[in-house]
Amino acid sequence: MEIVMALVIGFLYAAALYMMLRRSIVKLVIGLVLLSNAANLLIFTAAGLVRGAPPLIYPGDLVPPGVSADPLAQALILTAIVIGFGVLAFAVVLIHRAYEVVGADDMDKMKDTDT
Amino acid sequence: MNMHSLILRTAGNFLLPLLLLFSVFLLLRGHDEPGGGFIAGLVAAGAIVLYVFSMDIASARRLLRVDPRDLLGAGMVIAVLSGAPAAFLGQPYFTAQWWEFGLPGGGELKLSTVLIFDIGVYLVVVGAVLTIILNLAEAED
Amino acid sequence: MLYAILSTFVLAALAPWVHRLTGRYSGWVLALLPAALFLYFASFLPAINAGEVVILVTPWMPGLDIQLSFLVDGLSLLFALLISGIGFFIVSYAGRYLEKSRDLGRFYVLILSFMGSMLGLVLADNLVAMFVFWELTSVTSYLLIGYNHEDLKARKAALQGLIVTVGGGLALLAGIVMLAIAGGSYELSEILNSGDAVREHALYLPLLILILLGAFTKSAQVPFHFWLPNAMAAPTPVSAYLHSATMVKAGIYLLARLNPSLGGTEVWFTVLALFGAVTMFVGVFLSFRSTGIKSVLAYSTVMALGMLTMLIGIGTETALLAAMAFLLAHSLYKGALFLVAGILDHEAGAKDFLQTGGLRAALPVTSAFAILAALSMAGVLPLFGFVAKELMLESVLGAPGLVPLLALLAIASAILGVGVAAIVGIRPWFGPRVETPKTPHEAPPALVAGPVVLASLGLVFGLGPGLAEGGILAAAAQAVNGGVPVDAYLALWHGLNWPLAISVLALVAGLFLYSRWERVRELLAWVDTASRYGPERGYDKMMDGIIGFSDWQTRVLQNGYLRFYIMFIIVATALMVGVTAQIFGVSVGPLAIADLRVYEMAIVAIMALSALFAVLTRSRLGAVAALGSFGFTVALIFVLFSALDVGITQILVETLTVILLVLVLFRLPGFLGLSPWWVKLRDATIALAAGGMVTLLILSTHSAREFDSIAQELIEWSVPEGYGRNVVNVILVDFRTLDTLGEIFVLALAAVGVYAMIRFRAEDRR
Repeated sequence: MEIVMALVIGFLYAAALYMMLRRSIVKLVIGLVLLSNAANLLIFTAAGLVRGAPPLIYPGDLVPPGVSADPLAQALILTAIVIGFGVLAFAVVLIHRAYEVVGADDMDKMKDTDT
Repeated sequence: MNMHSLILRTAGNFLLPLLLLFSVFLLLRGHDEPGGGFIAGLVAAGAIVLYVFSMDIASARRLLRVDPRDLLGAGMVIAVLSGAPAAFLGQPYFTAQWWEFGLPGGGELKLSTVLIFDIGVYLVVVGAVLTIILNLAEAED
Repeated sequence: MLYAILSTFVLAALAPWVHRLTGRYSGWVLALLPAALFLYFASFLPAINAGEVVILVTPWMPGLDIQLSFLVDGLSLLFALLISGIGFFIVSYAGRYLEKSRDLGRFYVLILSFMGSMLGLVLADNLVAMFVFWELTSVTSYLLIGYNHEDLKARKAALQGLIVTVGGGLALLAGIVMLAIAGGSYELSEILNSGDAVREHALYLPLLILILLGAFTKSAQVPFHFWLPNAMAAPTPVSAYLHSATMVKAGIYLLARLNPSLGGTEVWFTVLALFGAVTMFVGVFLSFRSTGIKSVLAYSTVMALGMLTMLIGIGTETALLAAMAFLLAHSLYKGALFLVAGILDHEAGAKDFLQTGGLRAALPVTSAFAILAALSMAGVLPLFGFVAKELMLESVLGAPGLVPLLALLAIASAILGVGVAAIVGIRPWFGPRVETPKTPHEAPPALVAGPVVLASLGLVFGLGPGLAEGGILAAAAQAVNGGVPVDAYLALWHGLNWPLAISVLALVAGLFLYSRWERVRELLAWVDTASRYGPERGYDKMMDGIIGFSDWQTRVLQNGYLRFYIMFIIVATALMVGVTAQIFGVSVGPLAIADLRVYEMAIVAIMALSALFAVLTRSRLGAVAALGSFGFTVALIFVLFSALDVGITQILVETLTVILLVLVLFRLPGFLGLSPWWVKLRDATIALAAGGMVTLLILSTHSAREFDSIAQELIEWSVPEGYGRNVVNVILVDFRTLDTLGEIFVLALAAVGVYAMIRFRAEDRR
């Protein structure tokens, strides 16, 4: 499964970066969403993919039965998802604000600070 | 921001208390089963956003009574203070402290600074999401 | 000891309030601390003179083997006494001198912080701690030179001093690290005992050069001497304290301190003796042809620093004792003379020797002690300056090499030195009365106290050199000599010998030169032209060059096109990863294809197609919907591969993200087709290359794992240590609480940022 995920994540990175290279700011936002998801999947895959063995322990036990998935990567991704939302909101509002001030969504028209 | 849908409106009214209760349930059981401050906070925030869509922002704000920004601050303060008991006991900041109480009827109640910290996380997540969404929705009106 | 140094910083923080409370007596009140410190340090004297070395340790960063340890021996104690003793007079003097300045409170903050830093520098046993204090003195010096921050010249001089000394500080840092490697420890007390190991280490030469760069820039040796005279833009108490008695001697302290482990080699002797002797001569030469009161004194300080460097370089026992004696003598007379310069400015408005003359009657006390200090500077019997100068000449004549050259420079400097002393000791006081900008009158006690005491000490130590020697200098010289008592002694009368003959010659020739002062200055007018091509010119060129370069690179790299920034980052990252992969080789782990499941393939395919649709669609709603579908497939992947909490979070956040995008994106215009096909092709190529790199990286992670994951430990601790059965949550709220705290803080910050942006817009409209 890792090889499939690796190929797909590579493709997601390519899609995200391609969108971030566009001049339209709306596309930049879409690229940002794709990129943060791709990064989460990257960490998730790098930690190893395990089917049906969540890091949960049955009442009374000390460890989960058998091999379980890496909980540390999951903890990292969990917070990353929530922070990603906050940062996305910030970026989106910032872009909206910039659009209001400059009156254009072409980033080439935003390169001067004195507008 | 009102969808003017009777079904949505009715559903929103009924679902809100259920979802809020569910979020508290998720928060409390989070240490042992899937859940926890982040997830519970998102569920609660989602419930209120649903209410905004079914009713309107003003009534959602009335319902909340407090500005979501205050939840942000309160959550941060609670989270930071949850580390303090350890410091008073001479342990590194944020060392978890547990207190267990026997309940009448054989049950057991576990209280901990960890839970307090998770409540802080919960409040910050609710506060942050609502601050963002409510202000954006208001700006649109 | 730690508290002694900390107390200066604490008082520095409180100084503005103390100043406000005590008003015009603030100088005296604040000076109580240096006085108390002086007594505290003096209490170490009996032990130190008995040959003891006191080391006091406070743990600081135990994990990095860095501790706050203090080393008290003769050398550090001599400096500590000078710093606190002269500090007492400076602080009380400044209270009066800067009475009318608006920012006297700020001045106290800076001067007391400086005092603490300087004490830390000379007392630290740990090299890293010493370096931190070293840099602190540079920073406080910068702020003090720029005290009159509305004056462009002061700001420029402050920056120049900072760049030269901090630039040297960087070299010093590298040198210190190498020294610690060579000496096997960061503790000075241990390094000093492993001198042979350091001298024979392969790093000896590089570390020597780096440390000397640090010391030479700080102590204004040629060719870095130019910043010191410019630093005279500082208020006079600062010049007296930092740029004559203490900070510029930090470099000398470093050389003396490291003499036992670095000294004694051919390179050490040649470099120090040569640079020191040349600095000595250049300093006194430039001093003699200046007329500004402070610049004459500043250049003669350069001379003194050169002489000290030379003496440490010569390194014979006589030379080391001479260095310590001259260090003390110079601090006493130069401190006094700088304070006198301040009095001339304060009471008569004179900043240039040409503006002065015949002031003896108007300033009887000041003039008497100024003349006494000048006599010590000239090296006239029976003052302490004479004792030190005799010993200096004796050391030069007994140097292990280069005797003719060093002697020639020393004799020339002695002659010119007498000339300079005559400018200071005769010109303002005798001869016809010159009109000064202000009507001169005697200075108040706070201003006169320093010159009186310091100059008198020069006479006391001159008449009884044993007092100074037995008091501290012998112990200091012993410390510089690696703990071995030096076989030399101080005496007022060494008998009829060469040094005495040279002294007499210098006295006569110096006075003759002074009598032809104006004529000599005319003859030396060419120096002005020449100095335009000196090291300061190099400094200016370098600064212009740096500004020019940053202009250029800003134009090229920060061109304002976001997509080019992104492109640079992507291409640079891809290149670096590619090159690394080429060098170290990448092995792609075993590719298991057998475990593929049909439904998983379907989910992954939907994920990829959603992303592709979001990229290709021209409709914003379509893009948002595609993103939603994409996000939910990601959540499914999380759930399928055992990450329940993550999957739930992803679903919830995805819902909110769609709402967010719907709220904002539709207030933005639709997509525009802004790029021609070849640009799209170029971007797609770059993006696909970067994506391919990511794929390669993931595939190589499994074979490239160097350490075992800590996941297993976390799982095993979860129930017994964390009392929780959801390991992910236990990590979030217990094992890594501080991380989570940081993360919710970021979240809160983003929300506040959004709030602020929306709210400020509302206010704009009003």
